[in-house]
Amino acid sequence: MSHHDDGNGGGLTRRHALECMIWAGTGVLWTVAGGVPVSRGFLGTAQAAGMTGFSFVQISDSHVGFNKPANPHADDTLKEAIAKVAAMPGKPAFMIHTGDITHLSKPAEFDAAAQLIGGSGLDVHYVPGEHDLVDEGAGKAYLERYGKNAKGAGWYSFDQAGVHFVGLVNVVGMKPGGMGALGAEQLAWLADDLKAQSDSTPIVVFAHIPLYALYPQWGWGTDDGDQALAMLKRFGSVTVLNGHIHQLMQKVEGNVSFYTARSTAFPQPEPGKAASPGPMLVPAEKLRGLLGVRSVVFAPGKASLAVTDTSLADA
Amino acid sequence: MILRRFLMASALVLAFAGPALVEDAPTEVTVKIENFTFNPPEITVKPGTIVTFENADDIPHSVVDKDKKFKSKPLDTGDKFTMTFTDTGEFSYFCGFHPHMVGKVIVKN
Repeated sequence: MSHHDDGNGGGLTRRHALECMIWAGTGVLWTVAGGVPVSRGFLGTAQAAGMTGFSFVQISDSHVGFNKPANPHADDTLKEAIAKVAAMPGKPAFMIHTGDITHLSKPAEFDAAAQLIGGSGLDVHYVPGEHDLVDEGAGKAYLERYGKNAKGAGWYSFDQAGVHFVGLVNVVGMKPGGMGALGAEQLAWLADDLKAQSDSTPIVVFAHIPLYALYPQWGWGTDDGDQALAMLKRFGSVTVLNGHIHQLMQKVEGNVSFYTARSTAFPQPEPGKAASPGPMLVPAEKLRGLLGVRSVVFAPGKASLAVTDTSLADA
Repeated sequence: MILRRFLMASALVLAFAGPALVEDAPTEVTVKIENFTFNPPEITVKPGTIVTFENADDIPHSVVDKDKKFKSKPLDTGDKFTMTFTDTGEFSYFCGFHPHMVGKVIVKN
């Protein structure tokens, strides 16, 4: 479904242009052209938001149940994040959540998360983070809730208006001393899943931990991520969306654009800028500037998806 | 057989520092989990030593034997996991949340 599907043949009405401009005003918008990220002006933003494409939302690392000094009210900031999503002009087609929905996989945390996130009124496609699989059944609680149409530990794919979305699980079967892991079974499934897609199909892959070795010293990467990325090389447009590191990072490699998202719960330090990863305590007035939500716009005919990050501090 | 048990928070836990000499090995040892490391990362103890893992980070960790001989529940801030190592041998473990965190308990007479 397109959020601008008003049947006027793809033209851009003044109202919609204004909506998109308002949207752009809430954060920095980057697009990638020829492998080089460029910041777009308002007009470019309006065009990228287009009439015939669609938008979707990414939230991540809501850690419902977290109450440590870095953010004693993680439920409140999730609620604020959902309010930001609900206020987005033009209804997003759906939301993805890139894991660590809960802090400790407790039923009450899953319940609270479902209720808060449900406030968006959007369909949500989840992948688990390592914090979502620490129940007694080692992931049973997550799969019972969100694994209905998924394979294995919770991976799946779906299509939206010509874009192929793949949700991967890289927090199961992690090896001692290692990082995230996809595993042979999931990689075989992925190879098979992508076989049916033409090179020109835009692909969006989402998973909790970054798929490339972003900062192995802190375990920020996926041991067998390269195998998945090799399968994606033939596609003209690949967007990889992750969470886990609770901060914005961007990288472009060939036709593949990688983005990590902010958390809605607490920030983590920049790679190597602290003794370790983990919740980062910042002055209370700075917290919301480091938490946020993301919208992604797909416009047909454009090789790249437009990614806009909005912090909770943004108006 | 490895005997596993949780100690009450009030139980006496002796701090342990530096590489262990077998003859000096205390009967109770604490491995502190802090800044995403097991500290000390490697300990050498006598059979029967009670080892307590205590999480001092603001994020949960866990203690998982690489051969699946033991596994703690998620340890939130301040939580402890205690077990008695009765068998000799080397026990390599890691954090189930953050597998790059590794440690080892060497049990010998």
